[in-house]
Amino acid sequence: MPKLITQVGCPYCGSSCDDIEVLVSDDNKKILEVHNACIIGTNLFFHANDPTRPKLPRQRQPDGSMKEITYPEAIDWMAKTLLAAKKPLIYGFGSTNCEGMSAVARIAEKSGAVLDNCATICHGPSFLAMFDNGYPSCTLGEAKNRADVVVFWGCNPMHAHPRHTSRYSIFPRGYFTNKGQMQRTIISVDPRQTDTAKLADVHLMLDQGHDYELFDAFRTVLKGYDIPDVVAGIKKETIVKSVEIMKKARFCMIFFGMGCTHTDGRNHNIDAAISLTRDLNNHTKCSIMAMRGHYNIAGPGQVWSWIFGFPYCIDLSKGTHAHMNPGETSSVDLAMRDEVDCFVNVGADAGAHFPIQAVQHLKKHPFITIDPNFNMASEIADLHIPVRIAGVDEPGVVYRMDNVPIQFKSVIDGLPGVPSDEELFDMVYERMCELTKTEPVWLTAKEDRKHPTNISAVNEA
Amino acid sequence: MTKINLNMITQRSVEEGAAMEKGKTNPDYFEACSIIEMNPEDMKKAGIWVNSNVRVTSECGTVVVKCINSTQYCPPGLAHIRQGVWANQVVPPRTQSTGTPQYSGFPVTIEPAFEEKRKTALQLVQGAVGLWKGGN
Repeated sequence: MPKLITQVGCPYCGSSCDDIEVLVSDDNKKILEVHNACIIGTNLFFHANDPTRPKLPRQRQPDGSMKEITYPEAIDWMAKTLLAAKKPLIYGFGSTNCEGMSAVARIAEKSGAVLDNCATICHGPSFLAMFDNGYPSCTLGEAKNRADVVVFWGCNPMHAHPRHTSRYSIFPRGYFTNKGQMQRTIISVDPRQTDTAKLADVHLMLDQGHDYELFDAFRTVLKGYDIPDVVAGIKKETIVKSVEIMKKARFCMIFFGMGCTHTDGRNHNIDAAISLTRDLNNHTKCSIMAMRGHYNIAGPGQVWSWIFGFPYCIDLSKGTHAHMNPGETSSVDLAMRDEVDCFVNVGADAGAHFPIQAVQHLKKHPFITIDPNFNMASEIADLHIPVRIAGVDEPGVVYRMDNVPIQFKSVIDGLPGVPSDEELFDMVYERMCELTKTEPVWLTAKEDRKHPTNISAVNEA
Repeated sequence: MTKINLNMITQRSVEEGAAMEKGKTNPDYFEACSIIEMNPEDMKKAGIWVNSNVRVTSECGTVVVKCINSTQYCPPGLAHIRQGVWANQVVPPRTQSTGTPQYSGFPVTIEPAFEEKRKTALQLVQGAVGLWKGGN
């Protein structure tokens, strides 16, 4: 009898929808149906059925081909490569659970690496603005229950977070917004007429890259001063009308995305957005939230902040303390200056999502990819180690975009012999300790450590 | 051939996300990402037809993509390639000291390239690092 598993978390975007239902075959090996998820989440779950998923690590041979090797061999090679490198870069973690993020911190510390996550090419500038100006945020539940004015600035949730609008921001009936969309006014700020902008009551089609000017104009109008007739390509009347809507809101919610952090200005745009939120709080209640991309991209920010005090771009090469300085210790900058001599890509795809020049620099040195599937980073890697998919065949803790932790469950059994990220990192750490003749202090302190029994079983067989 | 200078943005789309989750070597990913969207006025100026190939050149690279009818309206002067392998061939890696590359808001030159073929994701990425063995 197939089993219907309910309240499953979706491992795709930052909305981390936790109401997915998955129908699983009676042997717990195949996903038959996925209910409630968006098309992207559905495809992700079904991709776990793919019979061609790698089951063994693959190492590049001198002739350029890839050859399957055993896990112990791969772990040994990875441990030795990391120890030989002066300054390795470990990047990724958007699609890993918090347990894996915690485990990799031990390796990073041991090898004196730079530890970075996908935020570095995504909401990194938002972190910089938050350090400078604070983060007056709330949870998505509050947005759903209270927000009667919702602003989407430089984000397109209809495409990037397909269920965000129906679960939290436009359509749902909340406690104080019980008429749903009818009770909400939507403002969209985007240089294109996106599918989110089509849903909005007011669409400000600004000149691309002029976000800072427009934030400034909003603040100027809010403080009662005059502005030029046109700012950033938007007419004064439209700006004044939008500010009035926000000012008269009972609860105004600003969501911002890559439209602000990928364009000129970066962190200064977010700085202005946070200041606008603060100014609006003189008139009404207003809150702001970053539209985080991956289901657990808020996770590394949390986990590594507890461990090292910084959310991303953490340089541990000094050996005595963690050091963070985006622009200096960030992945793409390090790559472009050719400052790292080993690259580990975990649960992300630097091959496809870094500018190609950065990839070319990283490929000059040993390139390791840890990912459940084949991707561009695995296809150019010197070593590709498959792991289980966190949220599909591996449970774990995940931080949603509003920094609310959710316990994700696994819906199917993992491939036999394939470890989770956490197990793999623990084994690499253990091997590094063996090679350096040091005590694996972290592991002895870890009472609930999962023993990698399934690995040895397969490799001995 | 006419060339046109436009301002490029690269952003996410649901088609790209759905195809990516099937795998980046899947034909769906190729069709979802190796495309460019721009305003019909700009296409007319550069002599580009819908569903024909164009060459996009930025300060740091060049790529051939197919020009399609916009799925989301693009104003004149702006061009859009969905995030992914093809977009990242032309994305400048400069980060304004924040770590985040210039994924949106960089100048590109676009010209018709009717005779040229689009390359696959593997061909582009493996080709860039000297691993591609499949020929042109």
